[in-house]
Amino acid sequence: MTLLREILSGMGDFLARAGAMTRFLGRLLWITPAGLLRPRLIADQVYNAGALSLAIIMTSGLFVGLVMGLQGHDLLARIGSEESLGTGAALTLLKELGPVVTALLFAGRAGTALASEIGLMRATDQLTAMDIMAVDPMKRVVLPRFLGGVISMPLLTAIFVMVSIFGVQLIGVQYFGIDRGQFWSEMRSFVELSDVTEGLIKGLVFGIACSLIAVFEGYNAEPTAEGVGRATTRTVVVSAVATLVLDYIVTAILL
Amino acid sequence: MGSQLGLAASRGVVAGEENVALLRGVHFAIDQKPIFRGLDVALRRGEVTAIMGPSGTGKTTLLRLITGQIRADAGTVEVDGQDVAGLSRPELYALRRRMGMLFQHGALLTDLDVFENVAFPLRENARLPERLVRSLVLTKLHAVGLRGAARLMPQQLSGGMARRVALARAIVMDPDILIYDEPFAGLDPISMGVVMRLIRSLNDALGISSVVVSHDVREIAQIADQSYILSEGTVVASGSPKELHDHPSPIVRQFLEGLADGPVPFHYPAPDYYGQLLASGKAAR
Repeated sequence: MTLLREILSGMGDFLARAGAMTRFLGRLLWITPAGLLRPRLIADQVYNAGALSLAIIMTSGLFVGLVMGLQGHDLLARIGSEESLGTGAALTLLKELGPVVTALLFAGRAGTALASEIGLMRATDQLTAMDIMAVDPMKRVVLPRFLGGVISMPLLTAIFVMVSIFGVQLIGVQYFGIDRGQFWSEMRSFVELSDVTEGLIKGLVFGIACSLIAVFEGYNAEPTAEGVGRATTRTVVVSAVATLVLDYIVTAILL
Repeated sequence: MGSQLGLAASRGVVAGEENVALLRGVHFAIDQKPIFRGLDVALRRGEVTAIMGPSGTGKTTLLRLITGQIRADAGTVEVDGQDVAGLSRPELYALRRRMGMLFQHGALLTDLDVFENVAFPLRENARLPERLVRSLVLTKLHAVGLRGAARLMPQQLSGGMARRVALARAIVMDPDILIYDEPFAGLDPISMGVVMRLIRSLNDALGISSVVVSHDVREIAQIADQSYILSEGTVVASGSPKELHDHPSPIVRQFLEGLADGPVPFHYPAPDYYGQLLASGKAAR
């Protein structure tokens, strides 16, 4: 009985939170036209969420590519198709691994930074002070950060995929000696524009989800050190789960 | 005694041009816990009004009602003749542009330097030429004695300096009402004296009305024209510092003289002391 009550209570909390987040997204979309009139604020946040994430995205991308090169070559060697390494890796990275891993890294780096920054602004009365100065914190603080994240994610995804393919090429061509021409020409033959688009769409969807979760959690954080910490943790956990769930949904729609 | 106090409490609470803000019969509760039970407060135009009272009596809540951050469950809150609860968001923002507020810890924007913090309301609310913004900001910073700190970041400021920068920001739009939430909290005596003098001199020089929430009875007595003491959700005494000094109410005496025990008990409600000490197991906690 207690278990059932806890499950029901948990579901109630989940639905209440999902409803609040939907309203929050609605408000953001409503004020987006006004927010777009201040591109400088958005550009600053593209720098914060995007440019400052480049190091971790590129480093991770390179190593993901290197590992894919090793594993992919081992797998393909068993069926005598090593020359297909480039195509297989490119398709896997573009359609699946690139957007998902980028989103998880984005949530860990930029998402937590966004949530803790906004949460701390809440805890130190900066958001209230803005509101008292007749400046809407949703427009001035939250919206530029949300849009900055949304713009950054597809770009980061593209960079991650490019660096990863370079990593695969390092292993496949430089280390295992696959023919360079065959590696690239086969990739060009089999990878279609729709594959690239799928990756970018996923990047955009994950960008919307991860940025929304981060700004929502930060904005609604309890104004205490513990509250900001909880908001940051929730940002990572909810973003990771949302990314994987959305990945399934988007894949099912696009395939 | 109760009716006398009530009479004293509501003295001056009349609608009209002489009041910049007026709270009448305000009831407000948080999570079923009543904070105000029929609160009547009038803030007179051009004066420094102090709001005092023991911790947890709703002093900051009163400021939040005046600034329209929260709405009363019952009663009216009028600022400059406008019912705050009835204002739309744009109307509320128009009203807030005529208010300045100093937060307890300054609430400076940590990603902007001192100059940009003070310029922030101007840049967001008024389209002014950069030269004019610069002049206004430097004038206000000069008024609080921090023109030389214009390029410091908030993290480089002491508590007193941060409070003064926040004050410069609060007055940069030339408000009609200045609201101070615990302006002396955590300040050393020199900074406290500086902020105290600034509150009084800005009020007189700019011809504005000021509301100061504070526990610091002595400091407030030197700058306030009138004071309200809140307790138990209502005003227990009001008047000039001299009138409050001579007030016979036990709770006013306890508050002004800083007595540990009295109408506001020293001990939080608890079971019998010896009984609890001698108890064992769960009952001992």
